Amino acid sequence: MAELAKVEKIVAAYKDIKTPLIYILKDVQKEFGHLSEDVLTGVARTTNIPLAEIYGVATFYSLFTTKPKGRHIVRCCNNAPCHVNGSKQVLNKIKEYLGVETGETTPCGTFTLEFTSCLGLCAVAPVMMIDDEVYGNLTPEKAMAILKDYKMKGRSHA
Amino acid sequence: MHRAHILIAMDAHTISQGARTVKDALVRSLSLAGLTNEVRVVETGSLGIYNKGVVLVVYPDAVYYAGVTVEDVADIVSEHIIKGRVVERLWLTEFIEGKRVAYAAVPPRFSKQVRVVLRNAGIIDPESIEEYIAHDGYEALGKALTAMSPEQVLQQVKESKIQGRGGAFFPSGLKWEFAAKEKAEQKYIICNADEGEPGTFKDRLILEGDPHAIIEGMALAGYAVGASEGFVYIRGEYLMSIGRMRRAIDQARQHGLLGENIFDSGFSFDIEIREGAGAYICGEETALIESIEGKRGEPRDKPPFPPSVGLWGKPTIVNNVETLANIPQIILRGAAWYRALGTDACPGTKVFTLVGNINNPGLIEVPMGITLREIIYDIGHGIPGGKGFLLAQMGGTTGGILTAEHLDIPLAADTLRKVDAGLGSGAILVVDDSQCVIDLVKCFVEFFNHESCGKCTLCREGTGRLLELLEKISDGRGKMGDIELIERLATTMMSGAFCGLGQAAPIPILGCLKYFRNEFVNHISNGGCAMVDTKYAMAENDLAIA
Ligand SMILES: Cc1cc2nc3c(=O)[nH]c(=O)nc-3n(C[C@H](O)[C@H](O)[C@H](O)COP(=O)(O)O)c2cc1C
Ligand code: FES
Repeated sequence: MAELAKVEKIVAAYKDIKTPLIYILKDVQKEFGHLSEDVLTGVARTTNIPLAEIYGVATFYSLFTTKPKGRHIVRCCNNAPCHVNGSKQVLNKIKEYLGVETGETTPCGTFTLEFTSCLGLCAVAPVMMIDDEVYGNLTPEKAMAILKDYKMKGRSHA
Repeated sequence: MHRAHILIAMDAHTISQGARTVKDALVRSLSLAGLTNEVRVVETGSLGIYNKGVVLVVYPDAVYYAGVTVEDVADIVSEHIIKGRVVERLWLTEFIEGKRVAYAAVPPRFSKQVRVVLRNAGIIDPESIEEYIAHDGYEALGKALTAMSPEQVLQQVKESKIQGRGGAFFPSGLKWEFAAKEKAEQKYIICNADEGEPGTFKDRLILEGDPHAIIEGMALAGYAVGASEGFVYIRGEYLMSIGRMRRAIDQARQHGLLGENIFDSGFSFDIEIREGAGAYICGEETALIESIEGKRGEPRDKPPFPPSVGLWGKPTIVNNVETLANIPQIILRGAAWYRALGTDACPGTKVFTLVGNINNPGLIEVPMGITLREIIYDIGHGIPGGKGFLLAQMGGTTGGILTAEHLDIPLAADTLRKVDAGLGSGAILVVDDSQCVIDLVKCFVEFFNHESCGKCTLCREGTGRLLELLEKISDGRGKMGDIELIERLATTMMSGAFCGLGQAAPIPILGCLKYFRNEFVNHISNGGCAMVDTKYAMAENDLAIA
């Protein structure tokens, strides 16, 4: 199975590191998009760690996902510093624009909307992160313009 | 030789405001003007100026420019660099006693800051080990390894009375001593860079602005307690910090400052980075250790404490980023120098992050003992929109609540303890009087509910029940008796939860109930929030102005 070969290659890259499971899962997720049962079974087989334990780890951390997600992941911060600067209005606008609730993916598969806890960017609150990029000082309009850009260009925004 | 340097702050905040494109434009513009060999553009860490867009400084004139966009770049080059004229409209100044003063010339008594931990941030290029070395970098390590015994290093740290900056303010010297006394063939030093406390970004900016100070602090800790391996556990969302740290470790290895037999002293030490994967609880030291071990980040039972049984069962020191970044200065300048900063019971400086409804949010380093009034009104330039001060939350979302009556108490770990608060992570959240307290408490509890690791019932179920009750009160479905129920639940969690998360979560809830009980009662008797409509309209207005 081609998938197993890829998993084996990732696991082999960490042979000199003690207890590297989190690194392995990160790389595996990067490769396959999400951590499906098949893929996790492959990880279990290659690392000799029980599947139940791996599944436990994969479902514990918020950066891991066992279900497929959209092409872009929009993470909105709604912790207190962002909250008192109007993050709720921003989030409501995003939900309205994308037509999804937090935790959901748009039907076209472009965006998944999620919550994130504080990103340590509170000096420019409210804040969101799209994939690896961060955006601060958001207003509902600004957030929408950024999302529109992603949608139009179908690529990341500098 | 360059006749001018332009320092551009390149941290996660400024990048989110377009610093990268401005830098590219600057480099292009200088090259078009044929100035590439005369003017050097240097990326640096945070300059401590936020919410003013992209910030850069032109040296040797020390002129700060804020809100710089790509369109402004041509002006800066043609006016300032070529003609030597300051671009007035971008010039960052402050008004002091009615006079306009250049940002660089603001006297320290007005800026009220003392920089120990942040001394290099925004001054050196964090990607260059040479610049760190040129600013006394690795001198403390050299001094320790060539002229001091491990016991002497430990003694200095003990005498400095430095207390851990991760939130608990445990004396670091004591913690190190526990680990030093353990007999083991392997011990570990862990730098806790899992910073996740809402409102806190001090560690991020140290990681991004002065990563070598952390490496040096860790190596000194390793020498003092007899550990040869270190781990920096950085939260997975901090991509830039991870990159800068990785680079710094590589450079330190190349320079022989990490690895085997450092300074020919026989002492060996190396550092590995471990990335988090999104879990606030992993900031708790034993959960962090579990996570490095590749497991779910659930806290362990204590005792035994990590200095005796830690990572892979070995004696382990877990210290916060800020704590470790202080260590080189303590060794270099001595414990007495450090103790002279701050207050007797709580020496040193503290890095705070000032956030929320504040004109001048950001990162500040001040001596212990400063008052909240000075921080909010002098350093923070007060509250926007002419609104009043409602409350401040100290130390992150698990922190205590202070109100107007506390504006003048000197801030230190011991003084705050007396008013049921603490310095915690160093976050200061300022909240103005247009905000609804119930909404705010709901926001705190949403966070706890989201981040509870699920290991103990009280925290897992308790945070959920609290959220339901608060939602009821907020939506106008609250009943008399709900407030008492919240209090009972909160006090039970405080005494019975397994770890610091569940034990501390009730602090801000009870704090808000103590000072704003009437608000809760009003929500119940009026059937919901009277502010809802006006509040959102006002908030949108503010955003439009900003
Ligand atoms: C829920 C919880 C979250 C924590 N998060 C952090 C954190 O993000 N960073 C940190 O340095 N310490 C955090 N701590 C404190 C650590 O457990 C530990 O006390 C600290 O890293 C010790 O370093 P210090 O002695 O230098 O302060 C947290 C504690 C709890 C209970
Ligand atoms: S609270 Fe949103 S980034 Fe810190």
